[in-house]
This record gives sequence, C-alpha cells and structure tokens, in this order.
Amino acid sequence: MPADLNWAIGGEAGDGIDSTGKIFAQALSRAGRHVFTSKDFASRIRGGYTAYKIRTSVDQVESVVDRLDILIALTERTIDENMDELHEGSVIIYDGERTTMQDVEIPDGMVGLDVPLKSLAEDAGGAIMRNIVALGAACEVTNFPIENLDESLDKRFKDKGQAIVENNKEAARLGQEYVAEEFDHDFDYDVETTDNDYVLLNGNEALGMGAIAAGCRFYSGYPITPATSIMEYLTGRLDSYGGKVVQAEDELAAINMALGAARAGARAMTATSGAGIDLMTETFGLVAQSETPLVITDVQRSGPSTGMPTKQEQGDLNMALYGGHGEVPRFVVAPTSISECFWKTIEAFNLAEKYQTPVFLVSDLAMSVSEQTFPPEVFDMDEVEIDRGKVVDEDSISEWQNEKEQFQPHFPAADGVSPRTFPGTDGGAHMTTGLEHDELGRRTEDTDVRIEQVDKRQQKVETAREAEEWDYREYGDTDADTLVISWGSNEGAMREALGFLDEKDIDVRFISVPYIFPRPDLSEEIEAADDVIVVECNSTGQFADLLEHDTLTRLKRVNKYNGVRFKADELAAEIEDKLAEPSEVEAE
Amino acid sequence: MSSDIRFTDFKTDKQPTWCPGCGDFGTMNGMMKALANTGNDPDNTFVVAGIGCSGKIGTYMRSYALHGVHGRALPVGIGTKLANPELEVMVAGGDGDGYSIGAGHFIHAVRRNVDMTYVVMDNRIYGLTKGQASPTSREDFETSTSPDGPKQPPVNPLALALAAGGTFIAQSFSSDSQRHTEIVKEAIEHDGFGFVNVYSPCVTFNDVDTYDYFRDTIVDLSETDHDPTDYDDAKSAILDADKEYQGVIYQDEGSVPFDEREGLSEPMHDIPDGAPEDAMDLVREFY
Ligand SMILES: Cc1ncc(C[n+]2csc(CCOP(=O)(O)OP(=O)(O)O)c2C)c(N)n1
Ligand code: SF4
Repeated sequence: MPADLNWAIGGEAGDGIDSTGKIFAQALSRAGRHVFTSKDFASRIRGGYTAYKIRTSVDQVESVVDRLDILIALTERTIDENMDELHEGSVIIYDGERTTMQDVEIPDGMVGLDVPLKSLAEDAGGAIMRNIVALGAACEVTNFPIENLDESLDKRFKDKGQAIVENNKEAARLGQEYVAEEFDHDFDYDVETTDNDYVLLNGNEALGMGAIAAGCRFYSGYPITPATSIMEYLTGRLDSYGGKVVQAEDELAAINMALGAARAGARAMTATSGAGIDLMTETFGLVAQSETPLVITDVQRSGPSTGMPTKQEQGDLNMALYGGHGEVPRFVVAPTSISECFWKTIEAFNLAEKYQTPVFLVSDLAMSVSEQTFPPEVFDMDEVEIDRGKVVDEDSISEWQNEKEQFQPHFPAADGVSPRTFPGTDGGAHMTTGLEHDELGRRTEDTDVRIEQVDKRQQKVETAREAEEWDYREYGDTDADTLVISWGSNEGAMREALGFLDEKDIDVRFISVPYIFPRPDLSEEIEAADDVIVVECNSTGQFADLLEHDTLTRLKRVNKYNGVRFKADELAAEIEDKLAEPSEVEAE
Repeated sequence: MSSDIRFTDFKTDKQPTWCPGCGDFGTMNGMMKALANTGNDPDNTFVVAGIGCSGKIGTYMRSYALHGVHGRALPVGIGTKLANPELEVMVAGGDGDGYSIGAGHFIHAVRRNVDMTYVVMDNRIYGLTKGQASPTSREDFETSTSPDGPKQPPVNPLALALAAGGTFIAQSFSSDSQRHTEIVKEAIEHDGFGFVNVYSPCVTFNDVDTYDYFRDTIVDLSETDHDPTDYDDAKSAILDADKEYQGVIYQDEGSVPFDEREGLSEPMHDIPDGAPEDAMDLVREFY
C-alpha cells in the first residue's frame, strides 16, 4: 500500500469545484507527486452536489478508495455525502461564517477547521477566490510548499492578467497563514515532494492526443456527456495539423460526415455516447459494407435511454459487438487505462485502415473524466507507427484494374482486404455503396457474388485474428487458483485490490482485457483456475457472457451498476465474498 | 483533369433500371453535361447519392461515388469536400430523401454553405417504395398511404433554403435538357452550396405532376425581369404558390464558402508515417 493522501473539494455545481480541484491536482503533479482524480457530478449546470477528488502518492496511483483524509466542504451537504469515507482524524475545511454552514457539526474524532474563506478572499481582492483560500489552507494542513500552488495559479490565471494571478496567490497565502496561526499544527498529512516531472491528463484527453498522433485529420461529433471533451480537446488542435473538427447537427450527420471524410482519404473519427451510438448504428452498417476505415468512439455512460448521463457504466458492450442490422464485420477495442486510451486510439486507426472496417473504440465515463499523472515518456511519440494499409496510387493502380481498366475496390483478395484509392487518383473512379455489390462496387443480387463479398468482408476479421496480437495484461500471481478478469477502466481498481487481497493471503491472478472483438483466447487460463470472477460495471455481465460462450464454463460475476466506478477496497471485499460462494459446476 | 472530357465519360456501362420515360434520365444527363462543361473529370468528381430511384444515380454515373443510407447523403458530401476541397462534390437524391428523412441535414447543409452542389430529383412521390406520399406531394394527392391525400400542405424546399440562408437556389425541369444543364452548371460554378430542385417526373406513380403539367405551367425566370441577386425578387418568386418556375431564383454574389472561410484547401489524405514532428508538445501541454 502506498502512503497516499485522499483529498476532496465539494459543493454545488457552479461553485468552481472542478477548476479548484484541477489547480490543486496540477500543483501536486508539478511537485513530482503522482495523482489520480475522480469526479462526482450531477447532470445540471447550477446546483446539485459535485465533488472533485484527488488521491496522491509518491507512487503511481490509478484508482480511488473509500477514504477521505482532507475535505474542503463548501456546503453542508458535502460533509453528509462523504460521511462514509471520512474517518477519525479526517480534516474538514469549511467556512463557519457562511449562513448555511453555521450549524455544521464536525463528528467526533474529526478535525474541523473553520476558516473564514469568504472574508479572507475579500481581503485578497474578491469573494470569488474563496476556493483558493481553501487551497492555501489545505497546503498548510499537508505541509505542501505553497510555491507549487503558485505555479499552478500562474498557469491557470495568466490569461486574465498579472493582477488576478497575484490576487489568487495572496488568497492562497491568507488561507495558509490563517490555518498556521489559528490551529494546532500537527495534522499528520505531510505530502512529500519529489523532482519528478509528470503530466496530468484524463482519458478523453489521452484519446484525443492519440488521435492526433495517429494522423487523424477529421473529427465530427455532436455534444453529449461524457464524449464532448474529446471534441473540445481536438477543436483548435486538429486545425494546426491541417485538419478540421465539425460540430454536426446530430449524430447521424456526425458519422456520415466522418464517413465522407474517410472516403476522401482522411483518417477520420467520431465519438459519442449512449443515445448517440444508437443513432449512428444505421450508418455503422454502411461503413462496414462500403469498407470504409472509420474509428467510432463510444464513451459509455449509464443507460438505457438517457439513463444517468453523468454516471459510470459499461453497458454498451453488446451494442458494440452486435449493433446494426445484418452481419457487420467490425473490431471492438476497449482501452483499460488512461494511457491505453492514447495507445489504443492509435491502434484503432491502424486497424481501421489496414482492414477497411469500422473500429469501435469503447471507453467509459470513469476513464474519461479521471485524470492521472504519468512520466511523459509513457506517451513516447517516437513509438507511434502508422499503417495505412493497401493504398493504391496512380503508379500502382493498373495492377488493380480489370481488362476494361476499371478499378476494383472490392477485389476479393485472399486476405479479404481490397486495394483502396483516394478520390482524385487518376484511373480510380469507382462506386461504393451500402447495397451488396460486386468487385467494382456495382449493385448486385447475384447469389455467388453475394457469398463471395460477405466471405471477403468476414475474412478480414479472420486475417486480423491471425495477424494481430490480441493480447491482454496480466497482474498478480500467475499460479493463483483464483482468476479475476475485467475490461475497461476497472483495471486500476482491480490492480490495487490485489494488494488488499494479498494482505488477507488471497492470491489472485488478474487479467485485464483490452480487446472485445476479436479477443484473446482465455480458455487455458480459465480452465487452470478454480474460481473465475469477471468484474464489470453493468448488471448482466456482458463480458462474462462472452467468455462463457468462448469456454462453455459458468463464471462468477462481480457487477456494479449504481453509477459509481469500482473502488479498490470495495472490489477486494466483493471478490473475497464471491470466493466464499461455491463454484458452479463446470461444463465438461 | 483533362480538357477533352465529354459527358459520356461520366457514364458507366450499367443500364439504368429506371422506368422508360422516368424524369431521372434527363436529370442525370444534365448533371453529367454540367460536370463535363465545367472541366471536371470522373477521377476528380465525387458523387454522393441517397436512397430511392433518384439515389441510383451514383450507379449509372462514372466517378468516385458513394451510395449511402436514406436521407444522409448531404453530410457525407460535406465530409468528403472538407477532407479534400480539390474534389468536385455533387450530392443527389429524391424529395423524400432530402426533405423528409433528410430534412434536418438539408437545412444545415444550406446554412453551412460548403462549396458543393445538391441536386434533388423532385417527383413529388416516393418512387422506389412504389408510390406513397412524399413531402412535396400535393395536399389532396391520393396515394396508397394517403387515400384522401396527405392533408398537409407540401414542403416548399426553395423557401426552406431561402430561410436557412441559402446562397444559390435554383429550379429546373429535367426534360428541358438545355436549361437544366445550364442551371446545374451555374450551381457547380457557384462559390458555396448550389442547390437545384429538379422537376423530374415519375411516370409510374404520379399522374398529376406530369411532363405535360410542367411543360404547360413552367415559367423560365430568365425570360422575365427576375433579378436573382435581389432577395425580395427571390422571395416573391419562391412564395408564389401558383407558379412553377425554372431558373436561378436566388444567388448571393457575396457568398464565401465554408471551406474557404475555414481556410481548408489541402486534401487531408497525406499524413506522416509516424506521429507529427512536434507531437511531444501535445504531451507537454499537460505539465
Ligand atoms: C431508413 C430507411 N427508411 C426507409 C427506407 C425505404 N425507402 C427507400 S426509398 C424511399 C423513398 C424514396 O423516395 P424519394 O426520395 O422521393 O425518391 P424516389 O424513389 O421518388 O426517387 C424509402 C422510404 C430506407 N431505405 N431506409
Ligand atoms: S418509379 Fe417513378 S421515379 Fe422510379 S424509376 Fe419509375 S418513373 Fe422513375
């Protein structure tokens, strides 16, 4: 267990919770500490409880736990909401002068620091800076050098002018001094700084950065939580690489624009969530049928319908696998960590172009909003490889023309992958269609051609199954009798849960799977274990179903679908409970 | 692009399966002629088609082409054009395709004003699904799904386009080959979204909006004192429910296409073999 500190600021939406949390997270990261952040938010702009939580350690952290050491409570509700996570010795910073906070009772054993946040902020130049005063107070509690916070304030407010920067620094200082002077000094939460240089980013930022690294030039989308921040990240950045972000009128348009751009030869992507994926499904079939390379990102949230837009879930797996009428060849790739959001995005573009298919890149809300620190080398751009597949140009086009000099975009090559040419290439004019077609792209209902083209498209998946590595990541004890399998953002919590389980002498082999289709064959691993538990954020166990299908074995399941991501300690306890249940009979 | 391109170069060897006499033959020929007359060739042209009898056009025209899903051809065309502004992009579809299922995209394509051409083959009926009411069908037009007529006024696509900020709004009649070709040519040459609603009679399911009807009623605006650059002139022609007009109804000469405004001119298909050279800057932003 790393010596970690759990910190949070909570209040009402509109209280600036997010930016305040981010300022502190960046300060910690700049001070060479690892950081992992998570957010609780409601689907409203003003009002409604919202919190920004930071877990920090000198070691890498990539999950949340059920514990809170320091809480900045801007409202009384913040304390209530977090009561379960507060413990003896937890420090609560609040403003007792605030009308709504006057009756706050700090539970026995906890340390209440009543800091006049608003008046101190006014002394520094404006009530709006009360959150910054609280950050200063938190610096004192943790013995964190306030200069590191200053750097963060510089970065955050430099566009607003030097005066604002100075006022904020002053606000922080007043908060720090107030705690230093008014309270007993021994808080027990010292955070150590290091010389390390880390970057701090969330899953959607990593995904967007991956898209740019992969040469994505066209992005079209329609705003929807939690996918929107991908579009926001790319806006302004894609342009500098000669690309374009288009906010379409709806998801139908978004995916069709991306399809058009992909046909024109651009690496193109669209991203959405929930309801948007449903709307895209029709065109998803067209993408596959027309053999267009396209990356479609689904940042999952709680469904069905509009469900819980700001809450975590991994409920769209079946949709990604089976969505769309008819039989649609596709790849489904699901990053398992924030850094994987970067690398798997690059891989998704390569797969899409090498095999001329749609690739579903499936992320989830927890991953998209959580930030994590990394040494910058984790995103080593020299490692990025781009494979555009079988692109045919003016010089080579004759090889792919028939005797009438017609280009054959759907030539049934043995590996299922046809030549591809960008519009504008002389001699390449051809038709692509969602209708069944022959090798020239002409509509057909010829039974033999139909079979040939269906097999050809399906063959791409088979070729890829052989040619690519559909591997997995493995942690814990390879010889353990207990095997836990998860996908998506559960990896971080599960990795840490291994530590908790180890303390109880429970040995676990943990496999985290980033590929849903095709996916690694886990039959041997599953057979070798006495207990197999599949962990996922949905109620039915969609991934467990798939693995059962692969191995004809009943698997145990740990499912969470209340809208909140798994926490490491909670997950450890759930796994322990599951192990106590008898294993179901295994099929021969 | 070669200069000796003839309109027949845009033909495929596939025989159209349209009913003999269908207006779509004339509409398509005019489009091919207009493309050839504006110096385009099949290898720099991208034709996007919707679904319907009209949508089959991509199959009979030789060019880079995409035959998409019902109602969504416009966004495909926009994506294509933005990703490669060097291409001549033409989108074609029917009245059902464009003004019913695709109506939302129509309005937004008009206001986005990307430099492309949109040709709607308006036969005031659903042809391919065998004769149901379309958004441009007359209020009392009896069809299999509207035995007493749709009982709703028809959509006025020209008015929609004008209201949405259209910069080029025209109408033509497929059997007036010469005028139709000229009008589509002007739409192609227009800097921005060139929209042409083409009366393209369905000889099988529509016995009201026939060749004879259009021949008898159509008024060519070039033979009147209509000034297409005058917004009020355009408005009165468009809102004149008693007349069928052909010609350029409105053209905003100050139109600057979206792609140009956004500074897009280079094709996006050339990308480096690895991450961009300065890609580590993207990482450093997160310090
Ligand atoms: C999503 C969807 N709904 C319905 C259809 C069936 N459909 C095919 S063509 C068509 C109507 C086409 O009418 P129009 O656009 O006027 O073209 P026309 O055939 O008259 O040229 C319909 C409803 C479809 N292909 N896709
Ligand atoms: S049904 Fe009508 S629109 Fe379709 S091909 Fe026949 S005449 Fe043309």
